[in-house]
Parts: sequence; C-alpha cells; structure tokens
Amino acid sequence: MTRYILKRLLMMIITIWIIVTLTFVLMKAVPGSPFNEERTTNETVQANLEAHYNLDEPYIVQYLLYLKSIVTFDFGPSIKQPTETVNDLLGRGFPISFELGIVTIIVAVISGIILGILAALRHNGIIDYLAMSFAVLGISIPNFVLATLLIQKLAVDWNLLPPATWSSPAHMVLPVIALATGPMAIIARLTRSTMLEVLTQDYIKMARAKGLSPWKIIFKHALKNALMPVVTIMGTLLAGILTGTFVIEKIFAIPGMGRYFVESINQRDYPVIMGTTVFYSAFLIFMLFLVDIAYGILDPRIKIHKKGGGE
Amino acid sequence: MEKILEVNDLHVTFTTYGGTVKAVRGVNFHLNKGETLAIVGESGCGKSVTSNAIMRLIPDPPGKISNGSILFNGKDLTKLTEKEMRQIRGVDISMIFQDPMTALNPTLTIGSQLIEGLRQHHKISSENAKKKALEMMDLVGIPNPEVRMKQYPHQFSGGMRQRIVIAIALICEPELLIADEPTTALDVTIQAQILELFEKIQDTTGVSIILITHDLGVVAKIADRIAVMYAGKIIEVGTKREIFYQPEHPYTQGLLKSVPRLDLKGEKLTPIDGTPPDLFSPPTGCPFTARCPFAMEVCDKVYPFQSELSDTHHVECWLQDERAKQLLATSAAK
Amino acid sequence: MKPRKTNHSPSPAAVQDDWFKWKEKDLSKAESVARPSLSYWQDAWKRLVKNKLAMAGLIFLVLLTVMAIIGPMLSPYKVDGNDLPNQFLPPSGDHWFGTDSLGRDVFTRTWYGARISLFVGLMAALIDFFVGVVYGGISGYKGGRTDNIMMRIVEVLYGLPYLLVVILLLVVLGPSLTTIIIALTVTGWVGMARIVRGQVLQIKNYEFVLASKSFGTKTKRIIRKNLLPNTMGPIIVQMTLTVPSAIFAEAFLSFLGLGIQSPFASWGVMANDALGAILSGYWWTLFFPAFFISFTMFAFNVLGDGLQDALDPKLRK
Repeated sequence: MTRYILKRLLMMIITIWIIVTLTFVLMKAVPGSPFNEERTTNETVQANLEAHYNLDEPYIVQYLLYLKSIVTFDFGPSIKQPTETVNDLLGRGFPISFELGIVTIIVAVISGIILGILAALRHNGIIDYLAMSFAVLGISIPNFVLATLLIQKLAVDWNLLPPATWSSPAHMVLPVIALATGPMAIIARLTRSTMLEVLTQDYIKMARAKGLSPWKIIFKHALKNALMPVVTIMGTLLAGILTGTFVIEKIFAIPGMGRYFVESINQRDYPVIMGTTVFYSAFLIFMLFLVDIAYGILDPRIKIHKKGGGE
Repeated sequence: MEKILEVNDLHVTFTTYGGTVKAVRGVNFHLNKGETLAIVGESGCGKSVTSNAIMRLIPDPPGKISNGSILFNGKDLTKLTEKEMRQIRGVDISMIFQDPMTALNPTLTIGSQLIEGLRQHHKISSENAKKKALEMMDLVGIPNPEVRMKQYPHQFSGGMRQRIVIAIALICEPELLIADEPTTALDVTIQAQILELFEKIQDTTGVSIILITHDLGVVAKIADRIAVMYAGKIIEVGTKREIFYQPEHPYTQGLLKSVPRLDLKGEKLTPIDGTPPDLFSPPTGCPFTARCPFAMEVCDKVYPFQSELSDTHHVECWLQDERAKQLLATSAAK
Repeated sequence: MKPRKTNHSPSPAAVQDDWFKWKEKDLSKAESVARPSLSYWQDAWKRLVKNKLAMAGLIFLVLLTVMAIIGPMLSPYKVDGNDLPNQFLPPSGDHWFGTDSLGRDVFTRTWYGARISLFVGLMAALIDFFVGVVYGGISGYKGGRTDNIMMRIVEVLYGLPYLLVVILLLVVLGPSLTTIIIALTVTGWVGMARIVRGQVLQIKNYEFVLASKSFGTKTKRIIRKNLLPNTMGPIIVQMTLTVPSAIFAEAFLSFLGLGIQSPFASWGVMANDALGAILSGYWWTLFFPAFFISFTMFAFNVLGDGLQDALDPKLRK
C-alpha cells in the first residue's frame, strides 16, 4: 500500500511539474504578452511583473525562480488590477467556487447512484427506461444551455427561485442543478451498467444460493463492487465540474474564482490565467491522487505487496 | 430407499431476442437420500439449467420453469414463493459453482462470506458462528483457519477457493448439495483432492449430492448413479456400473468411447461427429438422430419411448424396440 | 422389456413398422442445423438496426449533415449579414428562425454553426483516431520496455486537466478553427491510445490468433480476419463518443470567448451572444443553437451506445 501511494505521489508531482513548465513556456512564447519585449504602459504593473518574474534574469533563472514561487504558493500579480495578486483573487473567489463544487458533487453522486441502482433493479422496466432517457438527455445538454433554460423558466417566467448571485441557500439551487445534471447522468449510467454486470457475477448467484435477502445481496455484495468504477471516474467528473464552474459562475454572476478566470481570459490578463491554471491543475491532480488512494482502500486486491497472502 | 428429490417432467424455457430456447424439455429423475447422482452431458445440454431450476435460480425473465414439478422431501419447490424459497436455499439445499475464482466476492473477507449464510438462517451469536466457520474450514482442509478467515479471496489459490466455496455450501448442514462442474476449472491434481473431499464430506455428513459434469472421469470416482443428458432431455439413466458397462443409448456409448479409460486397453478413442441441435427449434424426434450411427427413419419422426432395462436402468431410444432389434439382426447377418 | 410411454410421445400404435429402416447417412445435416453464420459486421448492423433510439440518432445526424451542407444556400441571408433595423425579429416567413441582436438570420447561422460543430467533432475524432491507433498500436504490439515507457507518458498526459490545457493553448495560440482542433487533439488522443493498446494486448494473446499463427496463416490475414473485427468495436465506439465531447468543448470554448470569433457562427458563439437577449424574451436566439447542440450530442451519444451494444462480441447470441 505504501509503495502504491508513493508511486501515485511521484506521478502527481511529475504531472504538476509538466503543467507548471508548460504554462511558463507558453507564456514566454505568446507574441504580445507582457513577458516579452513589448512592455505594458502601466508603471506599477511593470514593476510588479519584473519583481515577480525576474524578467531581467536569463530564462533559466526566471524558470527556476518561477518554480520556487509556485512551490511557496505565490502565484504572482495581476496586470489588469495593479493592486491585486492572483493570491488575493484566489482567496476571495476560490472558497465560493469550492462551495459550489462540493455541493454539486454531493448532489450528483447521491442522486446518480440512486438513479442508477433503481434503473438496474428494474432492468428494462419503466423506471429503467425513464431514468436512462433522462440520463442521456442530461449528458447531451451542455450545462450552459441548461443554466440559461433554468433561469428563463424557473427564475424569470415562474419567479420561483433567484436567478443570480450567491447569497443564500435558495441562490444555490439553480447553479447546482445546472452543474450537477451532467455528472449525475454519467454516474447514473455507469452505476446502472456496472450494477447490471455485477448482478450476473457468480458471487451474486452464490449469495442468492445462500438464501440471503435481496436487500442484503444488493447492499452487501453488489453495491460496493458496482461503485468501484464510479470511484475511478470521479477524477474526470471533478475536472468537468471545475471547468463547469467557469461558465456557471459567469451565467449566474457568482463571484467565484471561475468568473475571475473567465474575465482574465477575456482581458488577456496573462499572469492571472497562468496562476489560476497552475492552481486549478494542481488542485485537480491532487484530487485525482486522493481518488486513487480511496480506490486502493476500497479494493482489497490493490494491496498486492502485503504480507501473508497466497500459498 | 427414501427419495429426497423427485423431478417430474421439468421444462425450462428462455425467451430471447431470437426466439424461445427450450433448454430443458421434460426431465425426470430422482435422488435417494445419501447418494450421489451425476448428470453428464455436453455443454449446452441443459444440465446446469436443471440444477439452477432446482434452486429456483433461473433468471426470470428471460428464463422460466414452464412445466413440471420439483419435489424436495415431498414439497413442490416450483410452487413456493421467492420468500419461502429463501428459507430453503443454503439451509436445505446448497450449491457449488463451477469457477471458484468468480464465486467469491472479491471485496469481502472469507470469514464474512462464510458466516453470513449461517447468520441469515439461524439465530446464532457471532462468536458461535465464527467457531462453526473455523470448524468448517478445518473439515474442508484449510490450514491456519484463524488467519485465513481474515483474508480476501485473491489471497487464495484456485483449489483453496473451491474448498472455501464447499465450506460455505455446507455450513448450514444442508440435506442436498448441488455441485455444478465443481472441478472443471481446477488443475488435475487439485481435482482429485476436491473429489476426495466430496467423498469425505458425504461420509461425515450424509449429504445427498447432485454432481453436474461433462467429465466421465469425475463421475467414475464418486457417483452412485448417472443420468446422461442430451439436448434438454435425460436419454439414459442407470447405476454407475450399468452406464459404464452396459450403455444402451448410442450417445452414451459415444461418450464413453471418447474418454480415455484405463480398464479397457487397446480401445481407440473416437469422438462423436457433429454438433448438438439448436434448442431454438429442437427436432420432434430423437435429437441425437443427426449424429447417431444407428439412425432409423422412425428416429426423426417420433421421440422414443422409455424402456426399463432394470429397476434402475432406463433408456430412451428406438433401438430398444423389437422391430429395431430385428433390423439390427438382419443387418448383422448380411 | 416393456416400452413405457413417456409424456409427450404419441401412442405406440402410431409408430408404423416401415419406419424401422436405416436412415441415409448424412452428417452434413448435423452442421446445417446450426444457425446461418453472419459475418461480424452483418451481425452488428442487424443489431444496430433493431435499436430504435440509435437509428433515430443516425437519421438525425444524416439530416443534420445534409442541412449543414445545403442549409445556408436555402436562405437569401448571409452568415454575417448585419441588418440592425431588423434586430430581434421573431420567427416568421422571412426569417424562419428569427433574427438576432444584430439582425442576422438565425436560420442561416444555425446551419453554418452545424458545419463548424460537425467539422470540429469529426476532425477531432479522426485525428484522435490516427494518433491513438499509431501510438497505442505500437505500444501494445511492441510490449515490454517500449510499452512501459510509452504508457507512463500516457499516464502523465491523462492526469492533465484536459479543458484547462485547451484553454491555456487557445489563449496562447489565439482562437480560430484550426487552433481549436489542434488544442482539442493535443491531449485528446490519449484516451484512444489507451483503448487501442488494451485491445491489441488482449487480442495478441488470444488463443485463436495463436492458433491461426501455428496453422501458418499469413500475418496479414490474421490481422484482417481476426484482429481487426475484434479491435474495431471499442475503437469505433470511442470515436463516436469523441465527436459529441469535441462539439461540447467547442461550444464551451466559444461560450468563454475562446472559440470561433463573431461574426462567424458556431452554436456556442450563438448561445453566448443570446445570453443577454433571452432575459428580454427573445427566446429564439438561444433556442435554436441550444436545441441543435443538445440534439446533436444526444444523437451521437445514443448512436455510440447503440454501437457499443451492437459491436460487443460478448453479446452475440
């Protein structure tokens, strides 16, 4: 197990390093970026940039200093708002985005699993058919389309829920639905198909041959095995939700990191784009690492190098 | 002798995409207390479906017991509700599956898989359940049971896993054990050990066994009686001696000729040509006709009647008819 | 010996004496009882046709492709034909899908957007396919150390957050049709490479491949007859599912302002432009692009599902 964790940890560090290097090289390569000769006009910004990125040093030194600043969680200044740093923006925006993301993932996982199990247990029945039609629709409708639809119908036409901002639980409902529907649909489909596969396994037949109740068979024998694949796609889903927050925060005018990121893209605020990309990548990669560890704990077969096994 | 199980005119069908598969088409047999009956046949002949039908484990849909009765100690299992059937599974009738690699849940410890059946059916403290589990592991020959109980299936070899599966099947002391190809997935040396284990278990517990297999070698070792199945029907049944030394059905004869035997030196091995019929539309006559070296015109037209050669030896073949015997005699004279 | 009547046989009297003569030997008949063998592709196609939802998806996509080609020609308006006095006209005989904030014809722009979306989706799928097959094929076929190193690289790339990398690339390269496709495929091929490698590895060791090798069949024939049909299934499914995710990515990027630039139309650009307008009740500006994005993705998804079921040899019955 320790070896497994160490291997994953090493992998994680390499991946983050690649992202950091990639951002550095790309920023140096952009024509017209403030990192090149054509400097911006604003004095403060110029000073901030030079101070943080050591633009007078040779590239290699710049690169190493940049690596050092990343390791110490210092993501540099903004060029559009001279008084702010990327850290300021993250400190303000990320908690809100994190909250949105966490609520979304909880909603998506719980409802997706329940939907998937119901569909599998009523295989080829009405519930299965409805749940899966709903799931394919959920996968097919892009979250920004769903978001605008929800605002139009539930907020504007029927006046049921607030259409924008982030100030009360009621404000959370629409953005969370818009963001959670896609991942929920994916989880539901995956749960259903693995559940169906698991239910045909010999060990399920054996559990039935023991005379166990259906309830026990599903929850003790089938569910854990059926949920393994769901755990493996959690990383991808998290990435999807994270990038989804960009558009959802833009549409619902939520003052989270996603909205700052979109603004920085539109304003070509390169240091913010760089800093946010690195931060988000590292965050996601760390989440992937946690998912891997969780998988190792859930599946006893992964503990290959433990003592005492075999004959 | 007391009959523990009696299967009468059992029909099982599967409704699929391409049509209805008649997997079991009127099977009759019985099992006496304490004996071992082997059901032998090629894959797809309906032997596993028959055993699953006894356990009422046919997935429905698509499968269905469409006709017949299964009397277990006089009680018709086909009439029971699913809930009543659960009181029988694992307690009165247990089952062992072909592949020990897939029969155990990879995410649960051996101990919990052993104990759960016991605790489902009996009010027993976890302490006593554990004691019983250790006893069973000892009976099936697993060394170090204390340690092994806490391990997971992937930490066991194939043979050891099959021993666990057997221990799980026996832990509630069932009267009937159905073993579906219990040795097929194992190495030859391990096979012999598992078969010896079956004999030992029968001696100590007196359990009745139905052994499903395609391997006549396995049968020779532990069966008392043998039923030969072909295309969803039992075409010949008899004691081990009758089937091995006086096989009457050409299919049984063919099966025996295709198996190497130590007691008949110099005999050539001859496979049976052709393949079994499609059970989407089984022939009206004898299903073996197309492959039978003694096929007559009657075989295609009408399914043969059952002939009782002795109290225990029954065969369903037109060659038993007097008219066929005359035909054989005249052909031999030529 | 008394013949006893079994349950479903006619009475012994019905069995005529002259039926007791030897049958003509005909072993070939035993074979003919088996069902007619269909080729892998015929069989798969038969199963796909039976899947109504998948067929509906296929028909929708065919129609969409036709409209993407001829749609813009059917209307007298240009994609970027600004006509400010006629802004936000509801759907009518003149403008079937209405007009947008700049008075541009939504009907024309929708089909133009279909071109962009389908083109991006298909190109991404094709490039992923070629790179993935070459990379995964080499990795799986060579095996050993080569495979080990190549798969480590894939593993690292797989860990990269896909859309973040795409965003970063587009910021640097500047948004255009070409750069979107490049950005989408730079890391997109990794999934395909994994699948191809898995298939190759699995099939390389299949008994039937070893068998045909030992019978001396030529390698080419092994690949064509055995490897290809068995490998293609999951690859085709993966390709079918790459298309909607690329279409989604394009729309998403356009929505962030990183896609095709206005005045050119893509569904994402149209949806982004319509954001402000729908709150004022100009629903058609959003409805048509949103409807077509969703239905195109839906069609590809159900078609992919259908193909998965149709091509899976395990399900062959």
